[in-house]
Amino acid sequence: MKINPEYKELAWQGLWKNNPGLVQLLGLCPLLAVTSTVVNALGLGIATLFVLICSNATVSAIRQWVPKEIRIPIFVLIIATFVTCVQLLMNAYTYDLYQSLGIFLPLIVTNCAIIGRAEAYASKNPIKQASFDGLMMGLGFLAVLLVLGAIREILGQGTLFDGANLFLGEWATQLKIEVYQLDSQFLLAILPPGAFITMGFLIAGKNAIDQKIAQAKPKKLEQAIERVRVNFES
Amino acid sequence: MSELTPAISKNSLILALFAISCTAAVAIVQLLTADRIEQQAQQKLIRQLNQVIQKDNHDNEMFLDCIVAPEDNNSDLLIDVIYRARLNNAPTAAAIKTVAPDGYSGNIELLIAINTDGSVSGVRTLMHKETPGLGDKIERRKSAWIDSFSGKKLLDDNDSRWAVIKDGGMFDQFTGATITPRAVVKTVRKTIEYFESNQERIFSTASNCGVYP
Repeated sequence: MKINPEYKELAWQGLWKNNPGLVQLLGLCPLLAVTSTVVNALGLGIATLFVLICSNATVSAIRQWVPKEIRIPIFVLIIATFVTCVQLLMNAYTYDLYQSLGIFLPLIVTNCAIIGRAEAYASKNPIKQASFDGLMMGLGFLAVLLVLGAIREILGQGTLFDGANLFLGEWATQLKIEVYQLDSQFLLAILPPGAFITMGFLIAGKNAIDQKIAQAKPKKLEQAIERVRVNFES
Repeated sequence: MSELTPAISKNSLILALFAISCTAAVAIVQLLTADRIEQQAQQKLIRQLNQVIQKDNHDNEMFLDCIVAPEDNNSDLLIDVIYRARLNNAPTAAAIKTVAPDGYSGNIELLIAINTDGSVSGVRTLMHKETPGLGDKIERRKSAWIDSFSGKKLLDDNDSRWAVIKDGGMFDQFTGATITPRAVVKTVRKTIEYFESNQERIFSTASNCGVYP
């Protein structure tokens, strides 16, 4: 299967190079507040992903009819509409998860990653690409949430997937993994400072990997130049 | 008329159209989910009530048989709702939704069920903002501590056992968190006192809470 290079670039940007959580550092408020467990992170991540795809698609669909001067209020209207719908749906179908996410669900409206993508990408590109960009940015954000949630839950509670039943129903209680037994919990990991510190390590880790890649790259460039010279001489 | 007028009216028209269609979308979703949300809230309430009052101790719909904020409250206890359990129309227990105002970080909402003989049937924490990992052991999900009330009675008005161990009582405190269990014990004790002195009125008042609060 041939992958369109445009989509490949979008995926690369959303998931790694321009990741909304690790690079753009957008939406940090819910990111840090909700990630005390994997399940909370998953709930908020999926809600954000859904809102991002829908808002990107809608913004792109209406881009011809929206005058430049009033685009921002209209984007905010659209985003708020989708967030409210998601909130109502989660209240109806995942009641307990809705309760445990609390205020951070409506706060998705203020997640700058969403209006940022609407303004920077969706308002200038066709629906298909805009939706795909929403999907990739959303997945990038979700991935950071999950990693952060997993690290904090393992360090803080010694478990994984605690409370999966809030999301998936009673049967999911057995998904909970007891990684190790803690007599007293490692508080720092659960509290907000732990979120900041873990996030710092994640960003540092990403930068370190990028640096390694960058160090590997210049050699390739030199090789390419040599080849050109060879060609030139011959 | 300034030359800007056409642009302004055109833009406001577009904005208004978007506002109307967005509101309409939300209204439709709200209509579609309203029943389901109500049902979920009701089921959650029933689940909670069944946790504090055993199934074989009542045969009525407790969530329909309740008093909202009774006015005869002569203690400083903050009562939200009282649900009443009956077996063959005879009172067996009451579940009182109340608030412990002196938690470490604000209010702790509690559901406290007391049998007609004055013993505690069960207690659950409904909502709290206590420190995760320390004070949140009052949640049944995190620890069985809240079960230590079950079956306990208040012997007399000066029963000194109704305190945390640190204060000479019989209830465990948590390492690093004494204020939270102290607040819960105090409120459970006050609720029992209220229940014992108002028991007749609690069960004779007509139900006034509608379907559910």
